[in-house]
Amino acid sequence: MSAKIGILAIQGDVIENVSSLVASIADLNQDATVHVVKTPEEISEMDGLVIPGGESTTIGQMSLVNGALKEVKQKVESGMPVLGICAGMVLLANNASDKVIGETKQPLFDFLDIKLERNSFGRQKQSFEADISMDSIGISNYPGIFIRAPAISSAGDVEVLAKFNEKIVAIKKGNIIGTSFHPELTDDLAVHKYFVNLVKESKN
Amino acid sequence: MLPLSGERLDAKGIISEKSNSADVIRGSSTLKRGFAHMLKNGVVMDVTNVEQAQIAEEAGAVSVMVLDKLPSDVRKAGGVARTASIRIIEEIMDSVTIPVMAKCRIGHVNEALVLQETDVDMIDESEVLTPADELRHIWKWDMTTPVVNGARSLAEALRRIEEGAAMIRTKGEPGTGNVAEAITHIKKVNDELRTIKSMYDSGDNQDLVRMAREFKVSYDIVEQTAKLGRLPVVNFAAGGIATPADAAYLMSLGCDGVFVGSGIFAADDAAERARAIVLATTFWDETDKVKEAQKMIDERQSMLGLDVKTLELRMQDRGGSA
Repeated sequence: MSAKIGILAIQGDVIENVSSLVASIADLNQDATVHVVKTPEEISEMDGLVIPGGESTTIGQMSLVNGALKEVKQKVESGMPVLGICAGMVLLANNASDKVIGETKQPLFDFLDIKLERNSFGRQKQSFEADISMDSIGISNYPGIFIRAPAISSAGDVEVLAKFNEKIVAIKKGNIIGTSFHPELTDDLAVHKYFVNLVKESKN
Repeated sequence: MLPLSGERLDAKGIISEKSNSADVIRGSSTLKRGFAHMLKNGVVMDVTNVEQAQIAEEAGAVSVMVLDKLPSDVRKAGGVARTASIRIIEEIMDSVTIPVMAKCRIGHVNEALVLQETDVDMIDESEVLTPADELRHIWKWDMTTPVVNGARSLAEALRRIEEGAAMIRTKGEPGTGNVAEAITHIKKVNDELRTIKSMYDSGDNQDLVRMAREFKVSYDIVEQTAKLGRLPVVNFAAGGIATPADAAYLMSLGCDGVFVGSGIFAADDAAERARAIVLATTFWDETDKVKEAQKMIDERQSMLGLDVKTLELRMQDRGGSA
């Protein structure tokens, strides 16, 4: 059966994820479609969801306003695969603190019991590109693009997929994946392909 | 995936270094333009102090822009407008989690370098401040920090991108609370994009060359932009936005997001208006939500605004011929 993969279009780089997913689906020759979703009704029809990069405070607050937050929470708790990128990964956590400001009281989806630090590598000037390996899911030498990236300081019972300079930058727990870096800004489709396959498996 | 047309690989802004075990690159076009991509569908708010920055963050702004005076106050004050006090920029950087931008004068390389050293997340080479060089803009490829520039037409936008701008915004007419000029500018850019796209689609290279000469830019960037059918960098609206409906209208014209200058903190209902403008920008395509946002503000508390035709100082003309 065809799977529907949504990108949460509250704020952030939505179209970039659309093109990466469309290219991945074509390459894999999978039966799946890509949708830009915003309202709870649109989200409720999805079999998988990407929460894109952006500002986590804005995405969190605005998803609270239109009820998207509640719907995403319900869907993910009932097993829908979700890929949280950068700000999206921040939103997966149950708490967030900023490197400079300390604890923030922003709205979060609250799926993972982890300790997360926003802007962990510093401000924009310290944003960087570096190769990342996620050996346990068969992805190596992946071009990691880190933009004011968050990192996880303590992962609890969550599987660590990748580290950079001792900081945790990619995680997985069941159908929930989070990355500090931006797969949608590269030509390498490995992460999006992995997610498409995960959505297809969970649907079957 | 990021379109990287007009990229310069030999730019001094790109730094390769080793961090523990891995090779890392900083200041590349991907990182500078990528930062702008993270602001999409968001609102950047002009602020002059910590209190306003915190109101902006609370309201859901994606970033704040630090100025010494709001554009409307720059108009009233006259004199030379320069970059904001570094001490205030640093105070704001230490009190909000969202990115912090600051403005420097057009062509003022060392104001920009000072802001880069201060570690602001993006620099706006802005016509709101008094230009330091009437003929030249900053050569932005050599900066590690991304820079945004204003433009009134595709020609201006492409000239700025060729100088290394990581993001473009319309100029509009700052500090007027009058959205008309921003609308004119984005429509002109869109029209010109449609024109060169149709030339590209019909294989009319001779006319693309003609456009490159008219725009005073290289053929390469015209061809690549024509192929994309949009600017190769993120494009925001700015200049004169005062209400939620203003923001929603500019989003509907294809802007990637909005900058709000005097519109929020020159109004008497700043906190509520900030929230309303974010709401209208996020849900610009749902009219009921825009109405809800518009209902949150009171027109009697909007900034009075200025008629563009009677202005003594047209900020948008600054740096326009360069």
